[in-house]
Amino acid sequence: MDEAIKMKAENVNFFYGKTQALKDVSLDIHAHSVTAIIGPSGCGKSTFIRLLNRMNDLIPHAQLIGRVYLDCQDVFSHAADPVELRRRVGMVFQKPNPFPKSIFENIAYGLHVNNIKDKDFVETRVIESLKKAALWEEVRHRLHESALKLSGGQQQRLCIARCLAVSPEVILFDEPCASLDPISTAKIEELILELKKEYTIVIVTHNMQQAARVADYTAFFLLGELIEFNKTQELFTAPKDKRTEAYITGRFG
Amino acid sequence: MKKDFSQTIGFFFLFCCILVTILLLLTIIYFVFVRGAKVISWEFLTQAPRAGMTAGGVAPAIVGTMYLTLGAIMFALPLGIAAAIYLCEYSPQGFAVNIIRMSINNLAGVPSVVFGLFGLTVFVKFFGFGVSMLSGCLTLGILVLPLIISAAQEALLAVPQSMREASLALGATHWQTIKKIVLPTSLPGILTGVILSIGRVAGETAPILFTAAAFYLRGYPKSIFSEVMALPYHIYALMTEGAHPQQQTAIAYGCALILLFLVLLVSTVAIFIRQKQRSYYG
Repeated sequence: MDEAIKMKAENVNFFYGKTQALKDVSLDIHAHSVTAIIGPSGCGKSTFIRLLNRMNDLIPHAQLIGRVYLDCQDVFSHAADPVELRRRVGMVFQKPNPFPKSIFENIAYGLHVNNIKDKDFVETRVIESLKKAALWEEVRHRLHESALKLSGGQQQRLCIARCLAVSPEVILFDEPCASLDPISTAKIEELILELKKEYTIVIVTHNMQQAARVADYTAFFLLGELIEFNKTQELFTAPKDKRTEAYITGRFG
Repeated sequence: MKKDFSQTIGFFFLFCCILVTILLLLTIIYFVFVRGAKVISWEFLTQAPRAGMTAGGVAPAIVGTMYLTLGAIMFALPLGIAAAIYLCEYSPQGFAVNIIRMSINNLAGVPSVVFGLFGLTVFVKFFGFGVSMLSGCLTLGILVLPLIISAAQEALLAVPQSMREASLALGATHWQTIKKIVLPTSLPGILTGVILSIGRVAGETAPILFTAAAFYLRGYPKSIFSEVMALPYHIYALMTEGAHPQQQTAIAYGCALILLFLVLLVSTVAIFIRQKQRSYYG
């Protein structure tokens, strides 16, 4: 493991009220690589990924013990600004969630809220982002139509483009293909492999084949605990923990 | 066979219900139209009443109703939306907010004459606005405030949480998210509340009875501290006072027709705007 460590979770415990969702999780996320988080439903993988951009801040009665670092800076310290963190750590959600605005406005939105107003710059960035998200050719003639008219797969790539527009350093994918058909899924996976050259990527997935296809590292979560974390190939071919083996061979979950 | 039959009966029953509703509505419109149309003329729409309200027009009442409605909405809309935003987006959800929500819903059920008394005590007397358009607008505004707050709250809650998350995840602040995503998305719902409120405000008599309405004015209100005539109150006055019930009843139906038409006009415009918004967002 020689790459730089982009994000780091250290002894993270997370509670929803009295229910403990994460138990003492420590995990390193390597720069310019894809880290997959797998595990059965309710194992805390979504909770974990949403800690990385402080999306869980919105949940009442939630409590965190432990630390999360981005470039060695504690993202939960009092000095840390969640708004700035979320610009640097982007997120693509389980269900495509474009704004009820035009395709162009969807992507320009992130720039506008970050006070980038220069029209030429915004336009260049919108086109650039759409190209990076492999959506440009499909929408170039209808940038000003409602984004809701796009298909599910296109909407998800639009959400990726929207995320890329604000130049994040890390992109979190929370089961990005859960509601997509196999062809759209293949496109997103291809895109993820392309994006890891420039960005650090964390992906939560239900689908073990998907993890095996796209991830450099894989973490296996079970009941809020990190059971095993290793290079993807090693985790899938020579799991060290019996529970990991049971899960990847399909004996539960 | 038996299942099909009971279904037919069920549908038939529902169809009858809707038929009765529509018939009732049409009857009302028909009567108001037939009786009111006789007195409608250019003079009726543009002149002040003359000869003890038996001749001339009702222009001051039309204008007064428009002023009162506009003023009430202008007062209640920003306040209502702000309250709804606070309740839905900012306030910690829990016991206190539930109590506030419940109070607002109860407020919507308070008889309008009670609002009239409140307006008399607070705006007319305590603040010293006198019997004036201002007092009337404020009283009517408070009357529809719960309606607007409820409509706005529902509209805000109907905005999917995923929209807010998408916006926040891009580095938008909470306030930017509300301003640029939540409010525009909920606008059609809020507009529905406004439409209902306009109908309510334009037609209310009791709240302006002691706070704003004048029985008879020669001209239009000169300032917000002037008394105003209003269509619903004018109808009430025509039917209960004066020495020429025959002519007055005819004029009252004319007023009712104009009131119906005004409310319909405003609703149509608002529905049109809403549809335009919806088609864009949908």
